[in-house]
Amino acid sequence: MSIFEYNGSALVAMVGKNCFAIASDRRLGVQLQTIATDFQRIFKIHDKLFVGLSGLGSDAQTLYQRLVFRHKLYQLREERDMKPETFASLVSAMLYEKRFGPYFVQPVIAGLGEDDKPFICTMDSIGAKELAKDFVVAGTASESLYGACESMFKPDMDHEELFETISQALVSSIDRDCLSGWGGHVYIVTPTEVTERILKGRMD
Amino acid sequence: MLIEARDVPNLGFNFDLYSRNDMLTKKGLKPPGYLKTGTTIVGLIYKEGVILGADTRATAGPIVADKNCEKIHYMAPNIYCCGAGTAADTEAVTDNISSQLKLHRYHTGRESRVVTALTLLKSHLFRYQGHVSAALVLGGVDLTGPHLHTIYPHGSTDTLPFATMGSGSLAAMAIFESEYREGLTRDEGVNLVTKAICSGIFNDLGSGSNVDICVIEKGKKEYLRNHLTPNPRTYISSKGYAFSKKTEVLLTKITPLKELVDVVQVGGDGMEE
Repeated sequence: MSIFEYNGSALVAMVGKNCFAIASDRRLGVQLQTIATDFQRIFKIHDKLFVGLSGLGSDAQTLYQRLVFRHKLYQLREERDMKPETFASLVSAMLYEKRFGPYFVQPVIAGLGEDDKPFICTMDSIGAKELAKDFVVAGTASESLYGACESMFKPDMDHEELFETISQALVSSIDRDCLSGWGGHVYIVTPTEVTERILKGRMD
Repeated sequence: MLIEARDVPNLGFNFDLYSRNDMLTKKGLKPPGYLKTGTTIVGLIYKEGVILGADTRATAGPIVADKNCEKIHYMAPNIYCCGAGTAADTEAVTDNISSQLKLHRYHTGRESRVVTALTLLKSHLFRYQGHVSAALVLGGVDLTGPHLHTIYPHGSTDTLPFATMGSGSLAAMAIFESEYREGLTRDEGVNLVTKAICSGIFNDLGSGSNVDICVIEKGKKEYLRNHLTPNPRTYISSKGYAFSKKTEVLLTKITPLKELVDVVQVGGDGMEE
């Protein structure tokens, strides 16, 4: 079994018109046994920057703690929040530093940059950035997510439609993956508010 | 004065997690695959300079992870480098050597030479004995003229008038070997490079999507991103996807974001020493 399939995860982020959405599943398992159904995979770095970490749960939490540390240092020095592009470079550098003994994590970064322009990006476990203009996926359900997003995505959706699209893509992909599930957790971020929703899904 | 934090990184690689990962591998867990760039990358020297070309597909195993990635990396205003192999390695090594070249330019006050970039890259790759899996096509024009080199992951290099690398290199080399001649004009060169990359895109499964071109001449360069897009998505339904049933929501929490407040100083100076 691959190290990424140890805990199971599904992550997706999508770009809309002046907004973005990032969503994950809620299962934490130990191979085929489920041990938690409310596991947090998406973390807030600052009001307009979220990072989702898929892969091995312990590495995800450790990496998140390190990222919060670096961002707080940055805030103290620069007296402002980090831009999403800068943050993506930071994550990439931290992962590449461990090139020959990597963190088993695939991050998905989503944020509103300058002029509230949405930014999304994903990386492999050693920091190779993939900047996309439409959607990015990560986790054990990634192959289904690629297919679902590719067909359901439309450019310039408003936040209501974006929520519906990302939720449908997430839930339908999770249903086809044994290792992710137990509902969904969706964050929709616009320049004025952050909406967090928990989705009902199949509990198997 | 600085916090003694082990998290603030030093230069180079950090091997802290190596023993843990090794233990996990011995227990039977398979190590992860990395994002590769499958790839067809080419370069050729024409009458006035160098033309580099690359496809735009990035793969994670058999899945296309990125349909439009950039494989032609900036090294210096007059030097560009195409990269094949593990994506993180090609990006990191070209970024690193690009910074070193910039510092060198500040130090010497001169335009960078292609052989400088070549030596920096090959020494780095040799030091890591091929574990940094980056296969590069380096091209540029400096005061000594146009140069084109290939660099292999173990650190060996070749100097050639035309070169191809990556999984699609055989397809592209077939085109070059039959149609290359010395003293090509700019348009002939661009057409030949496009043809070679297209050959890789259509015949090699690891390469695909669009063609990127970079033309470098003495004193100027042209980066033609997505010069040719022979694989557009034509099957999108104009109506889009209609969801008949809405997603069931268990809980909604809306957090309004704080408004930024302008601080206006009323009278008096700021802090006084």
